[in-house]
Amino acid sequence: MTRLRARRHSSRDVVVLSIGLGVAIGVNVAFIWGPTLASIVLSGTDWNGISEIRWVGVENYHDLATSYPPFWTAVRNNVLWLAFLGLVATPFGLFCAVLLDRRIRFSRLYQGALYLPVVLSLAVVGFIAQLVYSQDYGVLNAVTGRETDWLGDPSVNIWVVMVAAAWRHVGYVMIIYLAGLKAVDPALKEAAAIDGASETQAFFRVVFPTLRPINVIVLVITVIEALRAFDIVYAINKGRNGLELLSVLVTENIVGEASRIGFGSAIAVVLLVISMGFIIVYLTQLFREER
Amino acid sequence: MTPAIDAPAPPRRVRPLRILLHAFLGLVALGWFVPLALALYASLRPYQETARLGYFSLPETLTLDYYGEAWTQAELPKYYLNTLIIVVPGVLLTLLLASFTAFAIARTRIPGRRTLLIVFTAGNLLPPQVLITPLYTVYTMIPLPWWLSDSLSLYDSYLGLTLVHVAFQFGFCVFVLTNFMRTIPESITEAALVDGAGVWRRYWQLTLPLCRPALAALGTLQFTWMYNDFLWALVLMSSGDKLPVTSALNNLRGQFFTDYNLLAAGSVLVALPTLIVFQLLHKHFIAGLTLGSTK
Repeated sequence: MTRLRARRHSSRDVVVLSIGLGVAIGVNVAFIWGPTLASIVLSGTDWNGISEIRWVGVENYHDLATSYPPFWTAVRNNVLWLAFLGLVATPFGLFCAVLLDRRIRFSRLYQGALYLPVVLSLAVVGFIAQLVYSQDYGVLNAVTGRETDWLGDPSVNIWVVMVAAAWRHVGYVMIIYLAGLKAVDPALKEAAAIDGASETQAFFRVVFPTLRPINVIVLVITVIEALRAFDIVYAINKGRNGLELLSVLVTENIVGEASRIGFGSAIAVVLLVISMGFIIVYLTQLFREER
Repeated sequence: MTPAIDAPAPPRRVRPLRILLHAFLGLVALGWFVPLALALYASLRPYQETARLGYFSLPETLTLDYYGEAWTQAELPKYYLNTLIIVVPGVLLTLLLASFTAFAIARTRIPGRRTLLIVFTAGNLLPPQVLITPLYTVYTMIPLPWWLSDSLSLYDSYLGLTLVHVAFQFGFCVFVLTNFMRTIPESITEAALVDGAGVWRRYWQLTLPLCRPALAALGTLQFTWMYNDFLWALVLMSSGDKLPVTSALNNLRGQFFTDYNLLAAGSVLVALPTLIVFQLLHKHFIAGLTLGSTK
């Protein structure tokens, strides 16, 4: 078989494959990995887009940590965001998936409502959030009888914005778990039930362990979503006044008037290092079974 | 303790649990639906009225005026067209490039194909901000002829946005399609191989038609994702009148005063295409999301 196959690539085939893969690799290098590498290099310079490029070593990172207050606010917010999605929204999505996995009436209807926000742009979610949270006219204040400036008060705004982000995240997680649960062999659950396990026991001891690959994927999706979060805060107030995120700071430093490309790149590299860790975990899981 | 006593119990115990289950799920579903309904409701009411009564109140007037305003004054049709100009070629190019790459990885024995798949998949997972600074800089430096872009550079051009979408979504599609193609029995193309069919024929005429379900799922998903993009257009576009519709929504915000009811109407109009796509192709959409997670 293999010997046959090796002979089968005619010179025309080689040309077709080279062109196709050449374009694919070229696009990937030019738009993804090349710029990523460039970010790392630029983070060691003080370039502003016009001046000569001057090497400054780790100065940008030093400034970032010591004399740029938004950085630590952003780090805190990104960590909060991750914790909230990971510890509240994701488990809730799983919980809903487990409930919806049984044969119940209206299941379609419930599912539909839950994943409706998944198709929305996070920017649109940001605009809708303003209708709910507005201080003077918003629904939340009208219902609770309070006068909190939910989006303007830096001590609470990150929390309510995370709730809005979770609104979308829960549906996403639910879809993925629901597909995973459907693939679990029903005989497993029956066996557990016959052995006298309660439904909760059966879930945690039998079903959940078989979902391991899905758990890793959901974990990574959660992390990536938390690191990518941008549109929603930008749509609300351009990510200021308590809504700072690392992604916003990168963008601010290039599209803003300052154009501090070196400095912005240093923030991008911080994002890169965190996400690379999770990407490696994910890929190891994904490609482990092959080989 | 004997089964005879235990047996009749379950049906009686199950009922209240079922009611609780429905009550819980119904409440959650309602809670999930409310913000959207609210946006729709707010968009139908004049600003003066909601400013006086709040969004959570009974209506005195219901009007479609804001939709007219968003449609004509904010020139939404123009921005929808921009989105189409960017997204349609984007989806097609992504699927073409990704399906060929997936074919090469799944169906030929080229060296290094595993590494390629890992690198492509990893690239899709990076936060866009990691590459946005150099990309922005390079975009401003690449010249384009006037008939491709009136800004004369890749920056602020439709082509530039299409390309960045293709590059960024490519990895995910390769990953999904490779897995999908591996599930197609090799015996189907084996016969063609014996007949001496070349790589291109095996890809285009034999494998691709079998990938229709995966392509439909990915097409639906990619359309939604590219349509929903906000960041790339924000950074790589400068002319307001070339923005795709999602980013143009920000224009409905005034310099000093924002009419949130108008913004709500805009949000509904922007969300509508994705909601319609989702309703029509709902199976493909879910399949697309889960194809990537379960093999």
